[in-house]
Amino acid sequence: MGMTMTQKILAAHAGLDEVRPGQLIMADLDFVLGNDITSPVAINEFNKAGFDSVFDKDKVTMVMDHFAPNKDIKAAAQCKQCREFCGEHSITHFYDVGSMGIEHALLPEKGLVAPGECIIGADSHTCTYGALGAFSTGVGSTDMCAGMAKGKAWFKVPSAIRFNIIGQLPKYSSAKDVILHIIGKIGVDGALYRSMEFSGSGLKNLTMEDRLCMANMAIEAGAKNGIFAVDEVTLEYVKGRADREFKIYEADADAEYDEVYDIDLSQIKPTVSFPHLPENAKTFDEIGDIRIDQSVIGSCTNGRIEDLRAAAEILKGRKVSDHVRCIVIPATQAVYLQAMEEGLLKIFIEAGCAVSTPTCGPCLGGYMGILAKGERSIATTNRNFVGRMGHPESEVYLASPYVAAASAVTGKISQPSEVIG
Amino acid sequence: MKAKGRVHKYGDNVDTDVIIPARYLNTADHKELAAHCMEDIDADFVKNVKEGDMIVARANFGCGSSREHAPIAIKASGVSCVIASTFARIFYRNSINIGLPIIECDEASEKIDNGDEIEIDFESGVITNLTKNESYQGQAFPEFLIDIINKGGLLNSLK
Repeated sequence: MGMTMTQKILAAHAGLDEVRPGQLIMADLDFVLGNDITSPVAINEFNKAGFDSVFDKDKVTMVMDHFAPNKDIKAAAQCKQCREFCGEHSITHFYDVGSMGIEHALLPEKGLVAPGECIIGADSHTCTYGALGAFSTGVGSTDMCAGMAKGKAWFKVPSAIRFNIIGQLPKYSSAKDVILHIIGKIGVDGALYRSMEFSGSGLKNLTMEDRLCMANMAIEAGAKNGIFAVDEVTLEYVKGRADREFKIYEADADAEYDEVYDIDLSQIKPTVSFPHLPENAKTFDEIGDIRIDQSVIGSCTNGRIEDLRAAAEILKGRKVSDHVRCIVIPATQAVYLQAMEEGLLKIFIEAGCAVSTPTCGPCLGGYMGILAKGERSIATTNRNFVGRMGHPESEVYLASPYVAAASAVTGKISQPSEVIG
Repeated sequence: MKAKGRVHKYGDNVDTDVIIPARYLNTADHKELAAHCMEDIDADFVKNVKEGDMIVARANFGCGSSREHAPIAIKASGVSCVIASTFARIFYRNSINIGLPIIECDEASEKIDNGDEIEIDFESGVITNLTKNESYQGQAFPEFLIDIINKGGLLNSLK
């Protein structure tokens, strides 16, 4: 019986010729990640357990992105604890204010993750790096601590669902719409404990940023990881970023899948996930007039340069509605700089948007755009749970940068065609 | 190893944002986290919960963020076990790693109501509903999990 991409990567990292779904393995890790919220818990455990050093100072990173630049005194103390730990242990890749970006945009951009690698991160959206053909999964702080100390983690080998991607996206439909459509189809626990494997003839029509957006939200279907087959697009992206040897793993022709779905990109329409679950995906034929108070364009899902270009295409020469606060958050410093050079920031500011330094900020209800009771936000983020962006009686609607920008202009949830004409 | 307590019952897809809202994640202090446990789904939970109580929920408990603060808040609020028909995988892993007992049992998840008194035998996986005089067969805990839980978490058990 053949193996899936994920199974092959796990087998190789456990020193085994083959693995089977359900098998418990101990795997070697290529990279371990934490942020300013999850790392302090891991550091406390690390010190309590009495570990002297990290397994490899080049293979551990801490990124100060969630509540940084420090949102309050307690957040400042958490960042300080991370800063001191990384200093003490000579951690090479410590990203503080000024160099940091949102972790899942930053690590691929910096070439810290590469195809075929085995990565854990104390952040659920660590599944993002599957876009590069890596096995990458979110864990908690205790696993992060053990990973930092020993360079190992135990896993139960997952079975997989295959998504056979065909066709090409229509104009103004995006990767975000594809993944919201898929989560709407299979549900928030549709891939629980399993891999979501993306391959097929349509893959070549998805950019690396499209793939990062889709792999990012695998967790919103409950998946252990999302993973894309490696192709020319991947190799082109990795070139000049990850200057080290890496291995490409392909699924066997006879790999077994629990389910196979055909996803025809040409059929994907602008999609919005309604409160309070990402699976509540609707297309515009099911959406009435929904007035919004805020539009957030950013996050580890949609804060990359192509996302900002999409938003700018809609906002250029237009104005944000009087009753909407539109907040644009470039995901990394490099994205910020690129947006400046391309004139996107000017477009946003002239349209009446606030442009922020990179941070996770409002996505998880941290700061930089918290909602009051009864307020609504459209957002290019990844979760619309109760209270996710502020008051428990506020609402978050998930959508693409095109839709978030169009909605900012009209003041109600709108598809790009309502603005572009 | 047994636990006995009164049940706080919830539905499907209880996410880690309602278990411990991100606005309280500027601390890793267990007691402070417990003071806001379940705040956005049940504002009275903290007032009502007693040492040894249990949380029972339906499918996909603990979905969303990987924050270990969620099982930490639940454990620090005195809860002795969480029962659900299924758990989100990161929450499942985190709970075991910090020594919070959790059991998957579809029947218990369906039949147990808010306020029921229940008793759990972790070695056998038998859940007894003392209020309704029923019992349900949950997943028994393998020895290594009982060891982790008895020692208060993964790192302690590795020592």
